[in-house]
Amino acid sequence: MSLSTEIRFTLNGVQQRASVGADMSALQLLRDAIGLTGTKYGCGEGECGACTILVDGRAVNACLLFALDCQGRELTTIEGLAQDARARVVQEAFVAHGAVQCGFCTPGMVMQAASLLASHPQPDAAAARRAIEGNLCRCTGYEKIVEAIVAAGRTLANKEPA
Amino acid sequence: MMESVERYLAPTTLQQALAALGGPRGATVLAGGTDLMPQGRAGRVPAAGTLLNIRHIAALEGIALEGGTLVLGALARIADFERDALVRAHAPLLAEVADHFASPQVRNAATLGGNVCNASPAGDTLPALLALDAEVELASLGSAGAIRTRRLPLEAFFAGPGRTRREPHELLTAVRVQLAPAPRVTRFFKAGTRPALDISPVAIAFAAQRDAQGRLGAVRLAFGAVGPTPLRARQAEALLEGRRLDGALALEAAQVAAGEAAPIDDVRASAWYRRELLRNMTRRILTDVAEH
Repeated sequence: MSLSTEIRFTLNGVQQRASVGADMSALQLLRDAIGLTGTKYGCGEGECGACTILVDGRAVNACLLFALDCQGRELTTIEGLAQDARARVVQEAFVAHGAVQCGFCTPGMVMQAASLLASHPQPDAAAARRAIEGNLCRCTGYEKIVEAIVAAGRTLANKEPA
Repeated sequence: MMESVERYLAPTTLQQALAALGGPRGATVLAGGTDLMPQGRAGRVPAAGTLLNIRHIAALEGIALEGGTLVLGALARIADFERDALVRAHAPLLAEVADHFASPQVRNAATLGGNVCNASPAGDTLPALLALDAEVELASLGSAGAIRTRRLPLEAFFAGPGRTRREPHELLTAVRVQLAPAPRVTRFFKAGTRPALDISPVAIAFAAQRDAQGRLGAVRLAFGAVGPTPLRARQAEALLEGRRLDGALALEAAQVAAGEAAPIDDVRASAWYRRELLRNMTRRILTDVAEH
């Protein structure tokens, strides 16, 4: 007999309910139970960052988060980020700088970049590199990703003068 | 391990959590989950009937100054150490360690209590906490239902790789770091092929007082990943105590320290390499302290 618990949480601004088991990760909850597949399954053990989501505003690996522990929390995935004006600037910068190759790491990269820009509005290349330490790109396109993050910071600064 | 879970609890009080831990089939403690998830899936967590999420217990949160002691709640997240004003002012070594810990995403979820209770010989916060003479505080439920606490030095808490002296009915509630009378001189080094997400083959933390004449006191030199537990190099510490550091003493202490380590060969490094790296990096750290 396996345990099943009813949880309630907010997903991209919408109230959700789900019945989850003790061994279910937030990543499985999102992809398999709810069907939001923008968040990617890469390694399943917190090494690659492809499953980066925001929980209560902090970027975390969805694969390391117990679905049970989503109770009462606010989750934002790449699908929800698309509603956010600041995040759209990040997405546009990724496109403009050719920072997307195969695209598998991209949702995690964009989530992590958006998280960085929320706390450090104008990162330099070194800060951008440090911020994506936990995100692997197997196409080895880091240079363009770093350029895109720095450019997004600049664009946002011009849009919202201090 | 998750197949054995029959009950999930997410209490809001320490009392409730301790009652669950004292239950007949025990409980697996969940906080950040960053280790429990992969370890559980790999079958490396003992089966318990209850999965106990302690993340809603406010008493386990926060970083505070109590008299001359920095009290780090078990639920303090590693990312908190990077930003927290008290940590930066009174234990900057921990802020430095946090900057080298896993990845930003893991730091946002992983807790101090988890890193300490996992007792990995390579646990990133552990050499630094040893160098700062940290104590752990453990709580349990007494017969009359009152909460009992005991403290022990962190060094005595580790029993072996992944093993601690926490009793099954006890919960680690806080890590306590007594402030030094004057700011300590501290250094941290973590070897790795890249800064992020590397399990280090060698980690070194150094802390000491230095008087007006440049003599060292209360010297602590602690290592990670070169023995079954994080460990202190007591002979090297004794050699440095009361002395003024120079190049020759740095070399001598590094040689003594390397002899105190008990590294093993594994996938990350050979024992020989670990000892060499430990000697050379200890010497470099001590030389750097001598020059500043």
